[in-house]
Amino acid sequence: MSASRSPSSAPQSPPVEPPTTDPPSGGDGGGGLSRRRLFGYAGAGVALAGAGAAIGYAAGASGGGPDRPGVVPFRDTHQAGIVTPAQDRLHFVALDLTSTDRAEVQRLLQKWTTAAERMTAGQEVTENGAVGLNKYAPPTDTGEALGLPAASLTLTIGFGASFFEKLGLQDRMPAALAPLPAFTGDNLDPARSGGDVCLQACADDPQVAVHAIRNLVRMGFGTASVKWSQLGFGRTSSTSTAQDTPRNLFGFKDGTNNLKAEEPTELDTNVWVQPGDGPDWMTGGSYLVARRIRMHIEIWDRTSLDEQEQIVGRSKGEGNPLSGQKEFDLANFSAKGPDGQPAIATDAHIRLASAESHDGAKMLRRGYNFVDGSDGSGHLDAGLFFLAFVRNPQTQFVPIQRALANKDKMMEYLEHNGSALFAVPPGLRDGEYWGQGLFA
Amino acid sequence: MSRRTPDHRRAGAAVLAAGTALLLAGCTSTAQPPAAQGGGGPIAVNAGDTTCEVSATEVPAGNISFTVKNTGTKVTEFYLYGTGDRIMGEVENIGPGLSRDLLVEVPDGGSYTTACKPGMVGDGIRAPFTVTGTAQRSTDTNAKLADATAGYTRYISSQTDALIQTTQGFVDAVKAGNVDQAKAQFPTARTYYERIEPVAESFGDVDPKVDGREDDERDPGVAWTGFHRLEKDLWVTGLQPDSAQVADQLMTDLKDLQGRIPSLQLSPPQLANGAKELLDEVATGKITGEEDRYSHTDLYDFKANVEGSQAAIAALRPVIDEKDPNLGPTLDQRFADVEKLLEGYRTPDGGFVLYTQLTPEDTKKMADSVDALAEPVSQVAGVVTS
Repeated sequence: MSASRSPSSAPQSPPVEPPTTDPPSGGDGGGGLSRRRLFGYAGAGVALAGAGAAIGYAAGASGGGPDRPGVVPFRDTHQAGIVTPAQDRLHFVALDLTSTDRAEVQRLLQKWTTAAERMTAGQEVTENGAVGLNKYAPPTDTGEALGLPAASLTLTIGFGASFFEKLGLQDRMPAALAPLPAFTGDNLDPARSGGDVCLQACADDPQVAVHAIRNLVRMGFGTASVKWSQLGFGRTSSTSTAQDTPRNLFGFKDGTNNLKAEEPTELDTNVWVQPGDGPDWMTGGSYLVARRIRMHIEIWDRTSLDEQEQIVGRSKGEGNPLSGQKEFDLANFSAKGPDGQPAIATDAHIRLASAESHDGAKMLRRGYNFVDGSDGSGHLDAGLFFLAFVRNPQTQFVPIQRALANKDKMMEYLEHNGSALFAVPPGLRDGEYWGQGLFA
Repeated sequence: MSRRTPDHRRAGAAVLAAGTALLLAGCTSTAQPPAAQGGGGPIAVNAGDTTCEVSATEVPAGNISFTVKNTGTKVTEFYLYGTGDRIMGEVENIGPGLSRDLLVEVPDGGSYTTACKPGMVGDGIRAPFTVTGTAQRSTDTNAKLADATAGYTRYISSQTDALIQTTQGFVDAVKAGNVDQAKAQFPTARTYYERIEPVAESFGDVDPKVDGREDDERDPGVAWTGFHRLEKDLWVTGLQPDSAQVADQLMTDLKDLQGRIPSLQLSPPQLANGAKELLDEVATGKITGEEDRYSHTDLYDFKANVEGSQAAIAALRPVIDEKDPNLGPTLDQRFADVEKLLEGYRTPDGGFVLYTQLTPEDTKKMADSVDALAEPVSQVAGVVTS
């Protein structure tokens, strides 16, 4: 749902229902503005308010909120774009610093913060920046989002280990930011991996997301340059119980059992960095793991339905675990089928990735489908741009990915060719800028 | 030369020419739009497929405004030419049924020519156009700006003189069949051209002849000439029966350019936009290896483009410092960064390594440094007109 700036077409504030742990029932049909999508916003507001209260200080007013549909508050306890109900579109960029001057980098972060706050509110980079300033100077806003609503734009920043090294801030670097180990089957392209800083733009309109990244990148010339970037055209996770479960390019529902905004205790355990976990400036933050996972979809498409379902561990239609009947039935990994074999195969994806297999470790997944054209040999360069937010990547992402890399039959159809890890600082209070805490 | 279609290339010149009128208004104390400052207009132009009706053919000097309506079925262009087909102003790519406005500063009375170009090819449908009297040049409204343009005009003149001298040596070597010597002189001769390229491009008919590419679209019967034709002969196909003739033609065309320099009237925003365009050239033609695709001497051109850009910015520096004290030091630093980077690619003989010796990491660094420089350079036109 995106709210237009025109009041006449803006939906009324959706009714705020109490968050519920009951999952939504199956699809309610396409077309138009679905009731469920309206509820998505309601759920978000509740979750954010709850999280803010838990940490103990009030979220700063930023002009957004439930009274401005389509505007996700920029300043809050945690950064937006994590438990915000996953928007449909992504533009993600990793940049390298081209300057090692701390003051210069801080100035850029200040400029970025101001611009990001404006853009997430549906405004131009600077007031009248696209067409209203000196016509003999290049416009300060590139203009392609003129007339478009805020479209739930969120901008989320993260810092890679190399950021701290380049600026001589190793003493501020959290231990959790240690490099990820190599995993079996990795085929990582250095040109698609790492980066000093990441910016994640998510929105309901792809042009709004691209506009945001383009303008932030432009402001960085001379201080930071793009290392790699990734567009995502459709979410593959739901981060709120109010959202439908989307499908990935294998055609399966993805993220059924994901962490959700409505589970504050689970989020504190698995997503948000807690006091004492590491440096104070990271408390309330999270870690972002990004993996570009190419899917060999042409091969997958020649695989029988039965085998596809065995590999995943769920049915393709309803999405139920093969031990159950309905999508949100909990997987029973000890259940046996009529043949006496495990109903969910021992090498099924959902078993290997399950919290039960990893001492309860969970991740908040927030990935996107991508198709970057074709690869020159007639196959789509397509897959899943995996994004996950975790409290500690070393104890959550690493063991799960290690198990998948070594045992998951799905790996035959996958190739991890990009990888990055970023420390995502907490949300901003009024007057603060991105990264301010780590320079303090 | 920028890697654009012929029509777009001319449009680049038009931006400069049209920019004169528009931008100079910004230098004066009045906030009035240029059209209201004298001259005439708006003059209605009905541009059909076979006609080009201009509602007035004689107007007083000053800022002249045209409203060009395409009444035909083809995409069209409209030009105002001065002596020697110097483009005073141009509006291009007007679709059928559309209207576009053009503002041109014409301070000197005399004979001019209007032209519509249905289909955007050929000489167009031309008619004489008379400008009477003289108008004060807005360049004179600010002494520092006047100094800037005067200083840069001297630079253009000196570079053109050097261009003639060095190219003569190159041409002599080609005509003598001395391939090695000609190859050695090719990048040096081009340096002087690349430093002043936006000025050369403002004379819309010179650049395609001097710096055109083999695959550029040309009018029927027009041959590929200039530096790059000789470059291909020297590096790829060997000297051809008409190489000497092409070499002579290059000298003729460059002397034609030289002859037009004294009449050049530059405005401060033209200097600023020219400085930016030179960096655009680097980004699209040199870092890609497109420009010197046979000799791979692109880094010589890269260096020359940056030097030319720096010369134009240097001329404007007193004005920049007056209006935005922070911009000058940033420009200094970014120019120095690019220069330092390029110095790392020198060969022992004082030249540059070939483009084919660069790695993707090298070109990424170059792109980063040019992006870093081009952003503040792109601010200069706005600053000097503020």
